[in-house]
Amino acid sequence: MNAVHIPPQAAGESLVSSRFTVPGMRCAGCIAKIERELPKVEGVSAARVNFSAKRVAIEHDPSVKSEQLVDALLHLGFEAQPVEENPLGFEDRERKRLMRALAVAGFGMMNIMLLSVSVWSGAEGATRQMFHWISGAIALPVIAYAGQPFFSSAWMALKYRRTNMDVPISIGVLLATGLSIFETLTGGEHAYFESAVMLLFFLLAGRALDATMRGRTRAGIGALLGRMGKSASVIAPDGSTRRVKASELEPGMLVLVAAGEALAADGEIEHGTSAIDNSMLTGETTPEPVGVGSEVHAGAINIAAPIRVRLTRTADDTVLADIARLMDEAGQSRSAYVRIADRAARLYAPAVHSLAALAFAGWMIAGAGWHQSLVIAIAVLIITCPCAIGLAVPAAQVVASGALLKRGLLVKDGSALERLAEVDTALFDKTGTLTLGEPRPDISGLDEDARAVALGLAQNSRHPLSRGLVRALRQEGVEPADITDVEELSGKGLTGRWHGVAVALDRASSASVDLATNLRIGSHCLTLRFSDPLRPDCAQTIRELDALGIRSSILSGDRKEAVRAVADELGIEGEAAVTPQEKLARLEELKAAGHRPLMIGDGLNDGPALAAAHASIAPGTASDASQQAADAVFIGETLMPVALAVRVARKTMRIVRQNFAFAIGYNVLAVPLALFGYVTPLIAAIAMSVSSLVVVANSLRLSRAAQVASR
Amino acid sequence: MTVLAILIPIALIMGAAGLAAFFWAMRNGQYEDLDGAAHRILIDEVEDGPG
Repeated sequence: MNAVHIPPQAAGESLVSSRFTVPGMRCAGCIAKIERELPKVEGVSAARVNFSAKRVAIEHDPSVKSEQLVDALLHLGFEAQPVEENPLGFEDRERKRLMRALAVAGFGMMNIMLLSVSVWSGAEGATRQMFHWISGAIALPVIAYAGQPFFSSAWMALKYRRTNMDVPISIGVLLATGLSIFETLTGGEHAYFESAVMLLFFLLAGRALDATMRGRTRAGIGALLGRMGKSASVIAPDGSTRRVKASELEPGMLVLVAAGEALAADGEIEHGTSAIDNSMLTGETTPEPVGVGSEVHAGAINIAAPIRVRLTRTADDTVLADIARLMDEAGQSRSAYVRIADRAARLYAPAVHSLAALAFAGWMIAGAGWHQSLVIAIAVLIITCPCAIGLAVPAAQVVASGALLKRGLLVKDGSALERLAEVDTALFDKTGTLTLGEPRPDISGLDEDARAVALGLAQNSRHPLSRGLVRALRQEGVEPADITDVEELSGKGLTGRWHGVAVALDRASSASVDLATNLRIGSHCLTLRFSDPLRPDCAQTIRELDALGIRSSILSGDRKEAVRAVADELGIEGEAAVTPQEKLARLEELKAAGHRPLMIGDGLNDGPALAAAHASIAPGTASDASQQAADAVFIGETLMPVALAVRVARKTMRIVRQNFAFAIGYNVLAVPLALFGYVTPLIAAIAMSVSSLVVVANSLRLSRAAQVASR
Repeated sequence: MTVLAILIPIALIMGAAGLAAFFWAMRNGQYEDLDGAAHRILIDEVEDGPG
């Protein structure tokens, strides 16, 4: 059912494949619609949806341009952006490699276990010999294949004179295998093939889970630049216009920006007045009126009337490209965060090695002979390092992430939970984060006719207020009235005729009402007030964070009065009119002062801050780029998942610490036994399995954590 | 002993078959889009062709 269908390819016809990201897909209906309707477009032979990645792969004739395909998707009701070759390629290969290694190790483990159990339960003589031989025959190729992720990582570490968790694992596995081969050849009593393979299996399981979680919601930084206009109409001195690609634009060019078009570069308006939607850059939904001399930025959408813009900064020089760059750099500095497992490994690996070496030396000195000394040294290596420590972190994180996912919060990276648990300050962006990010009108005062007229008019405009009005009216099930002669006037509003009566949606006259529109029907006039409502549980969330010892404040690019109002309502501090660079600086300042800030924001202007903060969360309505930069994404209208995330993250770290404590305690008991040579393969295997099972069981307690915490 | 000579190869062959099936499924991209697979079950495939 879910296999990829290879499209039937007519002989001699060469097709090209393009990929588009379609974030609007939500259900089976969307998949069916896209896959059924797109191939009906001329030149398209097949479309295949990848729902997890929110992508569509389209096989089409080379003559079909990607703009046409975007149009076709838009016609179906989906906004789409072309994506370049799979930026996740590498990550995905890594995950697949781990999955294959895991499968092979699992196969080997089960088969060797069958044989080993027989040996432990008393197989003797020739039978035991044969079982050892078969075990070896299975184990060698399995280890050679499944051990590669560890061997190559350990080799890299050693080459640069470092050590990591993979070094003792590799040494343990290789020594155990070598000794087992020796034992088998010489007809010895014990072989340790099952220990080596089982060790690999459990460690690979942890890694594969980790990689799957990490790969889940990655999208390239390129998605950000994809928001920029792809091309622009350049006006030549003789007045003619031609389309020029965004990358070929140059400062000084004069471009014509039609209503509804996205800007492809930064510039200054030379002719015309209009309103632009900057929501992508600032998160502010109210359109900004612009006139001659105003500065406009790439990525903004011209809403009202055509304008002529003299370009000042183009291509990689635009504000949007700057944000992308800041984000990239900020993200890199955070990736230097040392994972808890790596820190443990740094201490643990040398300890294990020394211990094993000591055991070998000690028994040699005691005169036990090299064979027995080596057996004991290997037993020490195996019994100490394995599963419990390897699973301590990923098991807890995977369970916690699963629990949070059910509550509407998607954690993108295992280390995010570690960082979330440490935060002590929360910085909220206002628009779209504390608020819902879309203006909602109060339509209670409208009668049936007025509603129909309002919808009939508003659906003709891309203005954010119109869109908010359309959404609210459609939710009420209003049928649009049939309006003729609809005209949109820049900065003024919409006019039209309804049954011969002049109707209009225009700007509210009173300057004090900033988010409002007048609905005129003939001489009758009604004022519609819009507001961007706060998320319903803002205050509760902030109280909850407070209870966790986290101080909240607002850091917004919005106007002072708007921020003031929200800050006062919630009883927290607020900073207004902050640029992306200032947000970044503010975070650096906090970090320098020893704080661990948590950034919650949605706008593109929050991107660098999201990437730079110790931990960050973005709402599901945020721009792709912000979601990409954030550690976690929450879905829905409530803000509570933010507090929940911190609470569960802290609980996760408690469990992780318990896991480590247990693993260390287990070693304290097991190591002396191994050192004194009491560990037979049976004891080693049982101890190892039990220790990892305990860790997993302890981690599973987190599956209820999100529910308990939400009460 | 003769029983073992039959049972062990059978166990190995069955395990290897499972492994091969997993590899085949992975190479065919069956694990690419698990969310999509969950939704696709709801699509009525009444269209022409194999859907």
